[in-house]
Amino acid sequence: MTEDVVPVMKIGDTLLVALQGDLDDTTVIQIEEQLTREVARTGVSGMLIDVSRLSVVDSFIARVLARIVAMVRLLGAQAAVVGIQPAVAITLVELGVPMGHLDTALNAEQGLALLERLRRADTGTDRP
Amino acid sequence: MTAAGAVTDREPSVFDIVDESDLIRVRKVLRTEAEAVGLNLVDATKLITAGSELARNILNYATGHRGRVTVEQVYRQSRRGVRATFADDGPGIEDIEAALTDGFSTRGSMGLGLPGARRLVDDMTLTSAAGSGTTVVIVKWQR
Ligand SMILES: Nc1ncnc2c1ncn2[C@@H]1O[C@H](COP(=O)(O)OP(=O)(O)OP(=O)(O)O)[C@@H](O)[C@H]1O
Ligand SMILES: [Mg+2]
Repeated sequence: MTEDVVPVMKIGDTLLVALQGDLDDTTVIQIEEQLTREVARTGVSGMLIDVSRLSVVDSFIARVLARIVAMVRLLGAQAAVVGIQPAVAITLVELGVPMGHLDTALNAEQGLALLERLRRADTGTDRP
Repeated sequence: MTAAGAVTDREPSVFDIVDESDLIRVRKVLRTEAEAVGLNLVDATKLITAGSELARNILNYATGHRGRVTVEQVYRQSRRGVRATFADDGPGIEDIEAALTDGFSTRGSMGLGLPGARRLVDDMTLTSAAGSGTTVVIVKWQR
């Protein structure tokens, strides 16, 4: 099944996806599959995953988020998670989910700037 | 400290865990009760997340992927809290101390559900023995 479960917006060379609601595991996996398809299909160089409307991120959802970011990188693009709610961030740290390697930003706007820096670093134009 | 505390007159919420849609139900009921007793947002989020981990363990490890959740309001002196019990008749846990250690998993997962849940709540008691099911009780108190 290639079913779209989440709306994805394309802004220039970046895909923006906003997750919301109480996600069950099946939906989370479907989102992962959909985003993989969209990155490959559109050939964008970046993706922002907005989680500001998720009030709970348990270890399963966190794990899949990390996997999506890794997958996007594997496809040659950059990905960042934006808008993690403070209560969720505190909870994830205490739970012990390793998220430190993820690129994160406060909101979509800062996320776009972050992706821009990552792209430059990637092509080496940033290096001395 | 124990996970005890007197129960209020209110009817507890009791329901079975049979599939992953029940994880959403667990999170919803815990949120409702957390709000009812006045847990702040961070504490409510911690409680809900801990409950989500324990309910998922039932789906992953219990026989028939089944178990039962009981959520009730408790009080101690003037403090109120939420107590949630996750019980199953599954294979049980042979080495409880190991299971409560970060990184211990019998299915090659991250092994942070139990130790993480324990960090997220005020009290957690785990009762289990090989062959006789598992019961985990967590409590989060109002500040
Ligand atoms: N309800 C249960 N019945 C039987 N065994 C359990 C139960 N809950 C946990 N366990 C055992 O305890 C171990 C540790 O559980 P924990 O939730 O900490 O980690 P995990 O489920 O293996 O990984 P993660 O939760 O990070 O995905 C499990 O691997 C399993 O062997
Ligand atoms: Mg677990």
